[in-house]
Amino acid sequence: MKNEEILIAGYGGQGVLSMGKILAYAGLMQGKEVCWMPSYGPEMRGGTANVTVIVGDEQVNSPIITEYDTVVILNKPSLDKFEKTVKPGGKLFYDSNGLPYPPSRKDINIYHIPAAQETVKIGNPKIFNMVVLGGLFKKLSAVDANYVEAALKKSLPERAHKLIPLNLEAFYKGADILEVIYEL
Amino acid sequence: MKGNEAIAEAAIRCGCDAYFGYPITPQSEILEYLALEDPYNKRSGMVVLQAESEIAAINMVYGAAGCGKKAMTSSSSPGISLKQEGLSYIAAGELPCLVVNVSRGGPGLGSIQPGQADYFQSVKGGGHGDYRLIVLAPNTVQEQYDFVDLGFELAFKYRNPVLILSDGAIGQMMEKVVLTPQKDRSVTLPSWATTGKTPDRERNRIFTLNIETDVQENHNRKLQAKYKVVEENEIRYQEFKTDDAEYIIVAYGISSRICMKTIQLAREKGIKLGMFRPITLWPFPKQKLFELSKNVKGIFAVEHSCGQMVEDVELAVKNNTPVKFYGRSGGVIMTPQEVLLFIESEMNK
Repeated sequence: MKNEEILIAGYGGQGVLSMGKILAYAGLMQGKEVCWMPSYGPEMRGGTANVTVIVGDEQVNSPIITEYDTVVILNKPSLDKFEKTVKPGGKLFYDSNGLPYPPSRKDINIYHIPAAQETVKIGNPKIFNMVVLGGLFKKLSAVDANYVEAALKKSLPERAHKLIPLNLEAFYKGADILEVIYEL
Repeated sequence: MKGNEAIAEAAIRCGCDAYFGYPITPQSEILEYLALEDPYNKRSGMVVLQAESEIAAINMVYGAAGCGKKAMTSSSSPGISLKQEGLSYIAAGELPCLVVNVSRGGPGLGSIQPGQADYFQSVKGGGHGDYRLIVLAPNTVQEQYDFVDLGFELAFKYRNPVLILSDGAIGQMMEKVVLTPQKDRSVTLPSWATTGKTPDRERNRIFTLNIETDVQENHNRKLQAKYKVVEENEIRYQEFKTDDAEYIIVAYGISSRICMKTIQLAREKGIKLGMFRPITLWPFPKQKLFELSKNVKGIFAVEHSCGQMVEDVELAVKNNTPVKFYGRSGGVIMTPQEVLLFIESEMNK
């Protein structure tokens, strides 16, 4: 299968980089070619952060890309900057929390994950990114959601393994709450 | 595994005896990973030490290498500049060691984003005097891993420092890595190592001061003869879709990865574009590039600098075909599309 090029963008502290890492590890566990490229730099909690994950059956060429098959948008600066980078026919996922206006394109598939709202209901802000990831995986063809548990084991330190059930619960919740806004 | 982590893991597994480092973005994960793994107590017995500065670290490498040990250090551009005096001494003393530069935008403190503007420093000297480093340029996380062992092998084979010239992008990204089994640290030391004189041999001395000028010149001739052997035997490169190429990109490190995508995009448009990637930046694979350049309409040197490797490309190509340069600098990363736009505009001139 052709490689899927995915961007996840939001605020630092939202778990953007770890979300990408879990996605990449899940692909790795499935035996796919993967590449994880963070926007590293003078970034901090509250600043912007984004990560590119490329996953599929082909050898990954450039980790630097400007157009994506799938984009996950978690704040306003990312919406302004990255909505236009979705390839026509691609997918855009967003959480409306903190966005003054929704995505507006009509040539891409648009999905809403009300993850921040759900996180408040669950009462644990730390699993926000797992809710988002759950929503993303529901519509992702490159990686199978069954590999996420193994990916969590791989990317979390041993001492945090007791939290895997909580993370998985959030992950499945994310898949449940995904709303289709616009589908081609 | 991250590119930087791959270097650290490779160091432990290839039987490296000692790492001396000092933190600097974007290579700090090398030191962090080694500190967390604690190989001295938990794995191979390798010493890991955070020195008080980059200069101290390279001089610790100098000392350890003089004792015949496998020693290495790593840093990023400004830190590598600080190590140049030590590197000149280590090259002059004909000692093996490995230095890793996960380079960033410069000059000065520059930026902390990826850069390739340390090419001149790496292949043309950097420190004072007539010396050479063997320079390896990885473009995958797997190569970051593989080149540590290869680097030590070459360093000991030629008794010469080896530099891995990586960049912030390759250092920070994560890819799949196939790990090799743990090698034992060597218990036998080279015959030249300063391990204390025994009654059956002359004392070993490692020094770089020759007051007698003809002694120094003889030493330089010996070094140059060695470099010639390296040039004859250790050239490495990769060709990518060059078989039917009408135009060729020359790029290394992260630029070569970006250009692979450029080539994919170009070929979708029917442009026969290929790439020549030097893996050893010194010795530069000039003969192979010279031959390739006879059969193409043009060559594009693409790098994250204001034009450094392009000079070696021009020297290799020798007017066989036009050489054009495209670069971004200061930590700005080029996109595959902008490289293609440049190539198309040059083709239409």
